[in-house]
Amino acid sequence: MKRLLFALLCLLSLTARASEPIATTADATESENFNPGEMILHHIGDSHEWHWFSMGETHVTTYLPVIAYRAGSGLSVFSSHELAEGKVHEGLKLEHEHLISTDGAKVYDFSITKNVATLMIASVLMLIVFITVARGYAKRGTAAPRGMQSFFEPLIIFIRDEVAKKSIGPKYERYMPYLLTVFFFIWFSNLLGLLPGGANLTGNIAVTLTLAVITLLITLFSSNKNYWAHIFATPGVPKALLPIMIPVELIGIVVKPFSLMVRLFANITAGHIVTLSFISLIFIFRNIGIAPVSLAFGLFIFFLELLVAILQAYIFTLLTAMYIGGAVEDHHDADYQMGGGDGAAPAKAH
Amino acid sequence: MNIVTPDLGLIFWQVVIFLIVVLLLRAYAWKPILSSLKERESSIEGALRMADQAKLEMQQLQAGNEKLLAEARMERDRILKEATTMSNQFIEQAKTKATEEGARMIEQAREAIRNEKNAALAEVKNTAAQLSIDIAERILRRELTDQPAQQQLVDSYLKEVKLN
Repeated sequence: MKRLLFALLCLLSLTARASEPIATTADATESENFNPGEMILHHIGDSHEWHWFSMGETHVTTYLPVIAYRAGSGLSVFSSHELAEGKVHEGLKLEHEHLISTDGAKVYDFSITKNVATLMIASVLMLIVFITVARGYAKRGTAAPRGMQSFFEPLIIFIRDEVAKKSIGPKYERYMPYLLTVFFFIWFSNLLGLLPGGANLTGNIAVTLTLAVITLLITLFSSNKNYWAHIFATPGVPKALLPIMIPVELIGIVVKPFSLMVRLFANITAGHIVTLSFISLIFIFRNIGIAPVSLAFGLFIFFLELLVAILQAYIFTLLTAMYIGGAVEDHHDADYQMGGGDGAAPAKAH
Repeated sequence: MNIVTPDLGLIFWQVVIFLIVVLLLRAYAWKPILSSLKERESSIEGALRMADQAKLEMQQLQAGNEKLLAEARMERDRILKEATTMSNQFIEQAKTKATEEGARMIEQAREAIRNEKNAALAEVKNTAAQLSIDIAERILRRELTDQPAQQQLVDSYLKEVKLN
């Protein structure tokens, strides 16, 4: 099963790579006033206002708050409406969605951007959903689950039994809150990103970077003697090779979360790029005949993205659990074939 | 290369909001949910174990019942047999007794009949003797007077005599 999922992941990574040339050809065949590359990058990037749609000259936009800090002038808080269409407000203006100061001072931008707003929506959604589910357990006790509770229970049990118990072992319980939160956060955010007008939250490198760094910190703070012994004196490796092995292992500590960051970012962003590219074809060819083809492919990619949404959440959670498992495992755990229904395949990440 | 440059603001919000979500969910969702799941699993396990135990007890009970039933059957057979023997014995006894009694009664009856007969015979003898004497007396008395008349008399007396 796991191997199958990884095979799927590889396949999806291929689509991700394949999508880039499409975008560049779209750039090359650029028509006078439609630039698909720019449009796509605008769509997958962050912005200070939430632009829903435009009809002719009417733009339906939600203006979000701008919060900026400059060393000289302190904190400025105002609506992004003040900055619309290149306007300058309190010495600040937007240039390619970057907040810059007209006097050249360094700006620390803490604005509630589209992505931050989506982050808040996802968080509130999660709180509502899971506190409701928890209330179901409080109300029904040990009786059979109902409604939303019975939808989420298998997923929670799956994360606990298949991910946490198998990868981390007997100490899994401490890490369950993080694993569950990260799984559902990525999944919910992926799905919100697929909604029309939704922001590309999990396809933003800042978000995946943060999640990966949290995983790294948890791994480092829960690491035991064995973990470091593996890095500085890898068992079974001749002493002469250690000068090579130690840097490799140290790089490995950083590469693991780095791969987490890039995998989630690339998969989600690629999905958005591919979908947008198919839609852009209609405008590139300026032909209604291409629309059914675009729609069919776009729809196919959309359903694929629905699968990728939960798949990437699962992979991120599984790998996080494996990294934690590698950090907390005791030396003798391997002998006990811990956490394995199938003792033949110890679920360990190395 | 805008999309691969992390935004400081978004990192800040992501850290703050995500950590708050983790803490809130841990306190208000994951802990109650996971403990409920564990509780339910252990209760199901307990129920299964109890069911197994009940099954075992049931089997034991059934075996006990069967044993009891077999015992009862044996007891019944024994009692029946005993009763049959006893009744046969009774019948046999009664028969013997009845036969004996009958024999005794017949014997008694015979005895009585014999006695009666003897008594009757004795009486007949006496009567005959008396009669003979009487007749002889009368004959003797008539003899003395008239022969034919005597003969006639004898006949008439003899006619009178009814041997009862």
